[in-house]
Amino acid sequence: MIRNNAKVLLEVRGLRAKVAGVEICKGVDLTVRAGEVHAIMGPNGSGKSTFAKALVGHPAYEVSGGSALYEGKDVFAMAPEERARAGLFLGFQYPVEIPGVSNSAFLRLAYNTIQAGRGKDELDPLEFDDFVREKVKLLEMDASFLDRSVNDGFSGGEKKRNEILQMALLEPKLAILDETDSGLDIDALRVVANSVNRLMTPDNAVVLVTHYQRLLNYILPDYVHVMGSGRIIKTGGKELALELESRGYDWVVDEYEKAEATA
Amino acid sequence: MSTVLENLVNQPYKHGFFTEIEAETAPKGLNEDIIRLISAKKNEPEWLLDFRLRAYRHWLTMQEPAWSNVKHQKIDFQDIIYYSAPKPKKLGSMDEVDPELLRTFEKLGVPMNERATLAGVAVDVIFDSVSVATTYKQKLAEVGIIFCSISEAVREHPELVRKYLGTVVPPTDNFYAVLNSAVFTDGSFCFIPKGVACPMELSTYFRINTQDSGQFERTLIIAEEKASVSYLEGCTAPKFDSNQLHAAVVELIALDDAEIKYSTVQNWYAGDEQGVGGIYNFVTKRGLCKGVNSKISWTQVETGSAITWKYPSCVLLGDNSIGEFYSVALTNHYQQADTGTKMTHIGRNTRSRIISKGISAGRSNNSYRGLVKVGPKAENARNYSQCDSMLIGSSCGANTFPYIEVKNDSAKVEHEATTSRIGEDQLFYFTQRGIGAEEAVSMIINGFCRDVFQQLPMEFAVEATKLLGLKLEGSVG
Repeated sequence: MIRNNAKVLLEVRGLRAKVAGVEICKGVDLTVRAGEVHAIMGPNGSGKSTFAKALVGHPAYEVSGGSALYEGKDVFAMAPEERARAGLFLGFQYPVEIPGVSNSAFLRLAYNTIQAGRGKDELDPLEFDDFVREKVKLLEMDASFLDRSVNDGFSGGEKKRNEILQMALLEPKLAILDETDSGLDIDALRVVANSVNRLMTPDNAVVLVTHYQRLLNYILPDYVHVMGSGRIIKTGGKELALELESRGYDWVVDEYEKAEATA
Repeated sequence: MSTVLENLVNQPYKHGFFTEIEAETAPKGLNEDIIRLISAKKNEPEWLLDFRLRAYRHWLTMQEPAWSNVKHQKIDFQDIIYYSAPKPKKLGSMDEVDPELLRTFEKLGVPMNERATLAGVAVDVIFDSVSVATTYKQKLAEVGIIFCSISEAVREHPELVRKYLGTVVPPTDNFYAVLNSAVFTDGSFCFIPKGVACPMELSTYFRINTQDSGQFERTLIIAEEKASVSYLEGCTAPKFDSNQLHAAVVELIALDDAEIKYSTVQNWYAGDEQGVGGIYNFVTKRGLCKGVNSKISWTQVETGSAITWKYPSCVLLGDNSIGEFYSVALTNHYQQADTGTKMTHIGRNTRSRIISKGISAGRSNNSYRGLVKVGPKAENARNYSQCDSMLIGSSCGANTFPYIEVKNDSAKVEHEATTSRIGEDQLFYFTQRGIGAEEAVSMIINGFCRDVFQQLPMEFAVEATKLLGLKLEGSVG
């Protein structure tokens, strides 16, 4: 939902980021206000994931220029865990497996850490168990999933649902979902999308990083951005996603290059 | 390795301090005169001196073992002090214990008197080579349990010591055990008579103090028919630059239907970040399930020492006897650990279980070495082994050397092994959920070690969890 007077959650200007010494993001600009859904699309290697990971502070991604303000605060001056506690959430493209650590213990620790950061009450194991089981039902997941090790031996779809479960528990203000739709069958996609929709409020926002338009049939974006060569090269409404679906990305890149050349 | 991981694993040793207590020290070096001196200092009977000399003469014919996966400079056995004792004092109560010594325990975070009372633990403190204080002895004596230093046992209960000493680890055993038999200075003795279940956990805190004094502890625990005991051993050591040799021997004997549970948390000085200094821990621990239906269970959490060379073993002689080994070995910096167990099945229907968890960080090397041996008469022997390794960072190593020798067709032997790594991506996953890296490592490690920690007595489990955290945590950023 676009409201011009809504609070600005994220303001990124000219963001540059490197992976293994190679610059992948070359000046990304993006403004996200409360209540909005943004989709970032673009071909492989255009810098979508790098942008997401640099923003949340993955140690392998080095910010080499530009700025990012989250609720008016300098994101890059905050430690990655502080960003998380402030409500910045990344749904991972490839959630890692952590053998030996039970999913419920992990979820409880994450939940309580975030709650403590917000000055709210923590839940003891029994209270948390009731709380998490409700959320698990909403995601149409089996409760046995809580007793297993974090992501260990999970199918691709289960891992993605586990990410959304964490989003549901942690209630981030700004959630970036990095290709959460890839690897999901149609039913799982619908469940995940419905959950994300349910979590939307006028006070939070979602940035969907995706290759495919199909997710956007379920989660309607307010803005669709196209990334190319490390920048956002075109922004439009949800109809842009459909156009990309039918025409591909090349025409956007061509248009952008022509515009650059004449500028 | 990322900086976060480096900081986490590079926390300096917290127990590095040195207590100044006047020691009565023998000259460096080893010969028959030194052995006679040790024996004389301790007013030992003739048979014990003979035991020592027999071991020493055998030792002279032996070579240092070279088969383990550890590297160290050659040890000069003539450059070691074999006897060092705090000046003898008669101690009537805890008040008379050297305050400096008490302060040492305070610094270690083990205020022995308080701890003993609070936890209901009887503590036999070994400070260098002589026992200086024994608590709860009276209470134990009421049920007929003898718990004292081995020197005292030699004086007060010579018939028991003579009957059992060297029956599990003979004076002609391996190189270091034989050396121990020749020069052991003190250690603990524990005797649980027939039918008695020891009413409390028995505990010893070892601490190496005088620089360059080799430590040769000797522990002997006997559980008679239907007796049971849980024994805890915990260690820390002050920081020194020159390597210290520690070659202890522990012998356990369980008669019919008896049960002995022996738990260790070891945190000796491991050398600095460059691998200089640190303890060489070459220990022989062996339990004999002598009687039918007897059970011996070893649980160890090994976090210290520059080199650990240790294989707590069970000889399952009695029919239906059970041997268990639960181990967590953590190595960091340049630490080397070659540890595991031997389960020797001799009796019928004997069972053994091995759960080993190795954690390597820094440039350390961690090896599991285990032998499961089933003799020709061991009908229906069963063994289950599980050996898991975890690597933190990319400069460390983990190895598993399982040996199996089976001479009876009815035996069932199972072995499982896994290797995993704590990587940047795993830590970041926690971080992105608001959880700090230290807490993340601690959670991963505790998850990994859960099967072993569950075997520890409650207060020890808490200590072990903290200890692993301490070894791997540090200031982040």
